[in-house]
Amino acid sequence: MAQATRKKPVDTEIDTALEARSAAQSHFRTLRLGTPFQPRIDALGLKQDWYSWAGYRAPHSLWDEELEYFAIRSQAALFDISPMTKYRIEGPDAEAYLDRVTLRDVTRLKPGRVHYTAWCDDEGFVLDDGTLFRLSPTRFRLCSQERHLPWLLDSAFRYDVRVEEETEAVAGLALQGPTSFAILRDAGFAGVERLKVFDLAEFAHDGATVTISRTGFTGDLGYELFVPADKALSLWDRLMAAGELRGIRAIGYTALNRARLEAGLIVANADFTTSEHAIRTDRLRMPDEIGLGFMIDPDKGHFNGRRAILEARAKKKLRHVLVGLEIEGNIPAEHAIVYYKKGQEVGLVSAAMWSPMAKRNIALASLQRPYGDTIVDDLWVEIYAMRELQYQKLMKKAKVVPRPFIKLDRRTANPPADF
Amino acid sequence: MKAWDAIVIGGGHNGLVNACYLQRAGLDVLVVEKNDWVGGAATSRELTPGFLYSNCSYVCSLFRPEIMRDLELPRFGLQVISYEGGAVFTRDGDYLANYRDHDAHRREFARFSKRDAEAYDRYSRDVTRQCRFIQPLLMRTAPDPTSFKPRDLGELLYLGKKFAGLSAEEMALTLRFWTMSISDFLDEYFETDVIKANFALSGIIGTALGPMSPGTAYVLLHHYMGEVDGSVGAWGYARGGMGAVTRALAASFKASGGTIRTGAEVDHVLIKNGNAKGVVLAGGEEIYGKLVISNADVKRTFLKLVEEKELPDIFLRRVRNFKIRGSSGKVNIALDSLPEFPALPKDSPVYRADMHFTDSIGRMERGYDDWKAGRWSADPFLDMMIPTTLDPTMAPPGKHFMSCFVQYAPPKINGRDWTDADRDGFAESVIAQIAEYSPGFRDRIVHMEVRTPREIEAEVGLTEGNIFQGELTFDQLLFNRPVPGYAQYRSPVGGLYMCGSSTHPGGGVMGAPGRNAAAEILRDLAKPTLHMSPAHDVI
Repeated sequence: MAQATRKKPVDTEIDTALEARSAAQSHFRTLRLGTPFQPRIDALGLKQDWYSWAGYRAPHSLWDEELEYFAIRSQAALFDISPMTKYRIEGPDAEAYLDRVTLRDVTRLKPGRVHYTAWCDDEGFVLDDGTLFRLSPTRFRLCSQERHLPWLLDSAFRYDVRVEEETEAVAGLALQGPTSFAILRDAGFAGVERLKVFDLAEFAHDGATVTISRTGFTGDLGYELFVPADKALSLWDRLMAAGELRGIRAIGYTALNRARLEAGLIVANADFTTSEHAIRTDRLRMPDEIGLGFMIDPDKGHFNGRRAILEARAKKKLRHVLVGLEIEGNIPAEHAIVYYKKGQEVGLVSAAMWSPMAKRNIALASLQRPYGDTIVDDLWVEIYAMRELQYQKLMKKAKVVPRPFIKLDRRTANPPADF
Repeated sequence: MKAWDAIVIGGGHNGLVNACYLQRAGLDVLVVEKNDWVGGAATSRELTPGFLYSNCSYVCSLFRPEIMRDLELPRFGLQVISYEGGAVFTRDGDYLANYRDHDAHRREFARFSKRDAEAYDRYSRDVTRQCRFIQPLLMRTAPDPTSFKPRDLGELLYLGKKFAGLSAEEMALTLRFWTMSISDFLDEYFETDVIKANFALSGIIGTALGPMSPGTAYVLLHHYMGEVDGSVGAWGYARGGMGAVTRALAASFKASGGTIRTGAEVDHVLIKNGNAKGVVLAGGEEIYGKLVISNADVKRTFLKLVEEKELPDIFLRRVRNFKIRGSSGKVNIALDSLPEFPALPKDSPVYRADMHFTDSIGRMERGYDDWKAGRWSADPFLDMMIPTTLDPTMAPPGKHFMSCFVQYAPPKINGRDWTDADRDGFAESVIAQIAEYSPGFRDRIVHMEVRTPREIEAEVGLTEGNIFQGELTFDQLLFNRPVPGYAQYRSPVGGLYMCGSSTHPGGGVMGAPGRNAAAEILRDLAKPTLHMSPAHDVI
């Protein structure tokens, strides 16, 4: 009997281990996972219009992509960013390590601040872009489109730093739009009015902590909220309740993608091909070739790709340039070929739309230097607009313009406006 | 007496592909095959009632789609069914699966290592880059680097340009790929043993090398270049077994007017004044032909079917030294029910995929140590699958055919020939390994076909039972395959050509050697090749 009682806990332990293994194995039954917010999104996803975002079931659109876009610009939009890859980077050397891995000067990123950055391989080609959150002097969160754990771990050699992938453990929401501040305030996040653009702070939520930053991907007033996965639903409900009278709506990616284009922001593997995914080596891009040259700080000391980047600059080996284009007319030029003098092919449009905010036909394009760099006149795009099974071919004049395409005062106003 | 325009020795898939193209070019072609059936190593035979085996080759991916199209193989019954990934069983009762879905694949790897799960994209990028470099070479005759003929210079230039078009990093990778061991190569990407073992298997299949032997990285590449109906890298089962490939080829050949004689073993090639004039069958019958094309491997062709005096010394020496070492065997099993693998969830797609039990590179390498010592691996590496989970035509309802590719099996046991007792011992090592992971497995066995290198050589005619008709190491590739100076399907004997896997681009049920040889023959005859599709574009 005594033996049996001693044996039992061991059996239970084995059973628990086997159950855990079996649970881990079972992912093959669900090829597209839900995020921690999925019950709420499923309930609102009237169109059942899903796509795969890094293996998660994410909505293109929930009920009306036009109205979802206008929720961003006129009300407040709630967008689930949980599938974004997240790394927790912590340790005494975290700052020095990230300064070495990423382009921008991390020593100037104060605790409680966020910056948009990018990182390169040793040949200076962009591995990804993303946002770096400095949660404390020794703790960071890096968010990105693609996955980089081997690169991040290999780069950690000799640094006293721990790198952990925490995509599943942390749920994320973007709350964007003119009423977003008022909603957070009304939801009881006292002190949120003190957050300036790229500030972050921690707030109490449901017995846990939510990290709120004044950041976003829309060029509008907006915030991003990160919370432990098990507190996701209560956070969603809290925001939805507070936002009810301020027009809060959940949105899908199509609407967000429009807003980000107006803001002039690029998307990895849409506007450029990331280094670890480029099968064709002529698709690789240096930061200067995709508009991220501003991140490079040659004086900050060594960082991955520095030698190659500086050499390419010195020897004028940069072959491409990413530009904003304003195109005459109103027909979007998506994936149109860009010509010099209507005849010489010099590049490709990667994203385009007629912008409701700018009231202009805008586009992002990659051009072969010197076009778009020193030669910016006499550029044209050839638009193949498929209309009822016929291409309406249009040759339209394109002008290189600075990004962002729209600049909203409310994005940066302090204190943020109470819409 | 009738003289055929061309006589093809051996009705394997390359012999038949070659014969089809020649016949369609207007030649009167005869295929002579020693067995009572065609197919060579791509056969499906009913050795026990109701069960069709894929007796040798067992999966399809490398077969060139251009050939399928030219020879109308779908019309003649060829259908390839893609299967779903695979798995390695681990000794602690778990498994590592490969799923076709990219994210499922990553999540599965993350069960073992989050880092390795995220390393897969870079690995996949690098392997894809290399495949794209090699793939266009498959359907081209390798250039003769010593020749000044415009065509050879052009082809050399093409190779050079392709190489020069690579970035410095890619060039380095290419050279490493062609010379590295698969184990070293995988170390550059992964750190988890079972994950490395999972990828390493493609580097050793059919090769008398271990995962730690230089050159095995290229063998992996060779297995990544395939597709199933445009699904790149996919592998599939030919419906009705691999014999369906050669049945369709034979039907296509006959429909275009070709003639096949089975049960006709060639004793030797008839040669007069240095030119091939036909073949002499084992019974003494002489068959005349203006050209003779051998689908047999280069050793069998030139050491058994051609008299030594007809061949230059250097050529003979190189043929003798050509590496075509037996390294594998095959166990085909008829089962009265689907085996169970308690490690696998009952609804796992892995039942319909390839299964392996070697969960570390170290175990693979120790298996190779046995080969070097002249014995079969005590703990063999199996590439095992149950095609009847997707193809119901190969077994009676509810019953199953299991195909086990087994490595390593040496051509000789301690320097002496295999005996029946050795063969049974070899089979037992396989059954014992499966039974370890599948309780009750032995009781399900209805019938077994066990093929050691001895049986493969005797029945199929592959020297030492080597499935590639010669190893795919870099010293035996491109313009060195099978031997320098004779890489363009011609031989020292006038009118005698080679079309088997001993020639460029090598083994696997690909058909490219047979097709490329036909292109060279038609060039020599100044015949048009409009019926041969150009290689698919790689853009």
